[in-house]
Amino acid sequence: MTDTLLSVKNLTLNIPTGSGTLKAVRGIDFDLKRGETLSIVGESGSGKSLTSLAVMGLLGKSIKRQADEMRFDDIDLQKANRRVMRDLRGNRIAMIFQEPMTSLNPAYTIGDQLTETLLLHRKVSKAAARARAVELLEKVGITAAESRLSQYPHQLSGGLRQRVMIALALMCEPDLLIADEPTTALDVTIQAQILRLLVDLTREMNMAMILITHDLGVVARVADKVAVMYAGELVETGPASEVFAAPSHPYTRGLLRCIPQPGKTERGAPLGTIPGIVPSLIGDVSGCVFRTRCAHARPECREAIPLRGDASHEFKCVHPDGALSEEGEVA
Amino acid sequence: MTDSTDPLYQEIQGPSPRQMLKLRAFGHKGLLFGMGVVGLLVLIAILAPVLAPHDPYAQSLMNRMVPPVFMGGTWEHPLGTDHLGRDYLSRLIYGARVSLLIGAVAALISGVIGTAMGVAAGYFGGKVDAVVTFLINVRLAMPVVLVALAVVAILGGSLTVVVCVLGLLLWDRFAVVMRASTLQVSRRDYVAAAQVIGASTPRILLTEIMPNIFNNLIVVITLEMAHAILLEAALSFLGLGVQPPTPSWGLMVSEGKNMMLFEPWLVLIPGAVLFVLVLAINLMGDGLRDVTAPEGRS
Amino acid sequence: MLPFILKRLGLALLVALTVSFISFSLLFLSGDPAAALAGETASGEDVEAIRRLYGFDRPMLVQYGEWLFSAVQGDFGESYYFKLPVASLIAERLQVTMLLGVCGILFALLTAVPLGVAAAIRPNSLIDRVALFLSVAGQAMPSFWFGLILIVVFAIQLGWLPPSGAATWRHFIMPTIVLGYYAMPAIMRLTRAGMLDVLNSDFIRTARAKGAGEGRVLFKHALRNAIIPVVSLAAVQMGFMLGGSIVVESVFALHGAGFLAWESIARNDLPTVQALILVFSMFYIVFTFLADVLNAWLDPRMRSS
Ligand SMILES: Nc1ncnc2c1ncn2[C@@H]1O[C@H](COP(=O)(O)OP(=O)(O)OP(=O)(O)O)[C@@H](O)[C@H]1O
Ligand SMILES: [Mg+2]
Repeated sequence: MTDTLLSVKNLTLNIPTGSGTLKAVRGIDFDLKRGETLSIVGESGSGKSLTSLAVMGLLGKSIKRQADEMRFDDIDLQKANRRVMRDLRGNRIAMIFQEPMTSLNPAYTIGDQLTETLLLHRKVSKAAARARAVELLEKVGITAAESRLSQYPHQLSGGLRQRVMIALALMCEPDLLIADEPTTALDVTIQAQILRLLVDLTREMNMAMILITHDLGVVARVADKVAVMYAGELVETGPASEVFAAPSHPYTRGLLRCIPQPGKTERGAPLGTIPGIVPSLIGDVSGCVFRTRCAHARPECREAIPLRGDASHEFKCVHPDGALSEEGEVA
Repeated sequence: MTDSTDPLYQEIQGPSPRQMLKLRAFGHKGLLFGMGVVGLLVLIAILAPVLAPHDPYAQSLMNRMVPPVFMGGTWEHPLGTDHLGRDYLSRLIYGARVSLLIGAVAALISGVIGTAMGVAAGYFGGKVDAVVTFLINVRLAMPVVLVALAVVAILGGSLTVVVCVLGLLLWDRFAVVMRASTLQVSRRDYVAAAQVIGASTPRILLTEIMPNIFNNLIVVITLEMAHAILLEAALSFLGLGVQPPTPSWGLMVSEGKNMMLFEPWLVLIPGAVLFVLVLAINLMGDGLRDVTAPEGRS
Repeated sequence: MLPFILKRLGLALLVALTVSFISFSLLFLSGDPAAALAGETASGEDVEAIRRLYGFDRPMLVQYGEWLFSAVQGDFGESYYFKLPVASLIAERLQVTMLLGVCGILFALLTAVPLGVAAAIRPNSLIDRVALFLSVAGQAMPSFWFGLILIVVFAIQLGWLPPSGAATWRHFIMPTIVLGYYAMPAIMRLTRAGMLDVLNSDFIRTARAKGAGEGRVLFKHALRNAIIPVVSLAAVQMGFMLGGSIVVESVFALHGAGFLAWESIARNDLPTVQALILVFSMFYIVFTFLADVLNAWLDPRMRSS
């Protein structure tokens, strides 16, 4: 058994559409060790959800998945048949979705839905499954857990539903938890609680986690590694501390300027925004995809882009230092 | 640093909504087939006096139940003759007039009633809505065939009576669909804007609501026309719709029924034509729905 | 849920009352019911005698009140033609119609739901096309003609089934198919649309993410949600079917309530016609009421509110 739990090399996702092939994700690499937290950040539509669904093997039928390698523990995900994938899902890899309001089945009780996962993967009695459900509901901070089991999703608030989803994901103590923007649909105060909860739980259970989020403030505090995604590509990856201390890709710096930083951002000072439009990914996509919005774009940006940095902290840019020397003008 | 030759900047030129509509319409086989067949039958109905080889009412007791050409008959009567020696093809051609006329007029009458009710319910809401919803419930609870038969029996079967009875009975779908569409449209901003600037209610209904629910209205008109045609045929088949000697397809099936044992084509032919017409109208309606509201396609 | 049921029950009663009034007023549509009843050859005196005999000389509302009062007690008067109490006449004939209706709706559900599910699982596949074809054809099929074709093929040509009557279960096969096929397209389309909708929903993705197998996802998670509106539709269709059985019963000479309706209409037997319209409406009202209650019970969101 290797130390690396998940490794993805050169993952490409193509979606056939009416007006051509949408190259939604192009050649991304990442890996994850046991107990490690990788955070994928990037704006809406950059392909974060698609990437996580690709790992789960839950992409729609029409989406074409290609990769040089997709390995979970010692299982080759590309060769795994349906049975193998079914045994993995919910059992060793669990996922929490973006939409807590609609991710639970309205026709069944919370208890039914929680115990189903355990009953599918483990030979346990119904009573034992219920006991486990109560235990986890308590763990995710739901009071009166016992009585919640007989409630239906519509009787719970969004925050509670997301807690239930977390409990659901943890039923089988997975090795890897994929949390796809678990807090975007929730109130700010609840967001913080849920994230805190996720971080504590992954530490406690020594679970690896892929945390997908828009919120860089969160990433800085919880992630071991960061992958910055833009329009279907990873433009910068590295240890969280390094990426935050020395963001190298212009897009990463742009993203960081978009969040207020205590101590650095002055009160009342304008927050940065990244102007320009995200390019269409239909048809031929080559060169740096960020060039349509980059203040430092050059004609060379249309050519192949070299990978810079060292093995742990990489970024893709024609500028050797990510145009850091030209920085100063607020884009 | 905008570079107009950079492919990443090239916006994909999408077709305009009108072009999209055309594209979808011409790509929709059901719609094309439906419109083609309906168009053809309308033409046949209009040109009936020119096209029909014989007088549809002319009896000839010498030439009763002549089989169609493909069953050993002659070209004198391509589809044979009925039990009174009337030319079947001619009766079929004139029957198209009856079906289309009844379908169109009944759909029109029920369309006016149902649309008025539905739009009022959707736009005014509250008590008006409650009353209309109640009336729809009452109407749905009444067995259409039975009530239509009873009324036609009491008032006497004639084209006018059948048309009116069907028109007065088939407004429910109009009311349901128009109510829902109006509800949807009147929530939109431009209606609120029109109300704010003080446009009068009739004006809003005519200029803001109606144009936006028109597509749905057309779809329902088509589907209800098919419904009315089927019902007329059923009433006539039961002997309580259009009365002989009028050439109605339902009546022809009914008249052929007694000879069915020996001459099944007497039943097969008019029923098949009726089936094809209703099928075509339905395909047209479904197609129109798909083409005008692609997002609601199922 | 109780307030919902009570409210719904109130509506049902109100609809029933209105329908009863409408079916009663049919009698007056002809202008003078006494003249209609007496027939064209009757003298003025005969008409007057009939008018008094049946009480047509009193105000309409009084007559309606009396009619309703006895109707509620199960007394619909006497049939003009059969000279029998209408209630017992209908009760006797209703068995055949009910049997036909139940068989018809079962046939429709057993064909439409599996087809709709199969079509939704693989949109645009062969089975989807077959399902679409069957539903489009079914919606355009004149049921009297379909019935006659079945008779020609299966009774006359092949001799497999009896062409008419209601003596054995074999007599019910063709009528069931004709009546069921009438209700099938709408149920099929709704099942397919509902399944497609549900299969795209987030909770189905959750079920797959749990590691549930495809069968479990389809039947436990998806169908359970998609079937809820189908229940209402089936009830509505059942109501329509009983009303529409008049055509099927006349084609196959099944002596049920629909056939009775046809006979009494043709014979101007108004008390029977009135009662039949009311009875068929009541079936519709009761079915849709029960369906709404069942629906509310099936849908946890409504059950608890
Ligand atoms: N089934 C699909 N068919 C066509 N396009 C799709 C499909 N699924 C995703 N896409 C497109 O792929 C791109 C990436 O989608 P994805 O859901 O992964 O974005 P995301 O990064 O998760 O965004 P968000 O932050 O909004 O969740 C989007 O542009 C989306 O429109
Ligand atoms: Mg997403």
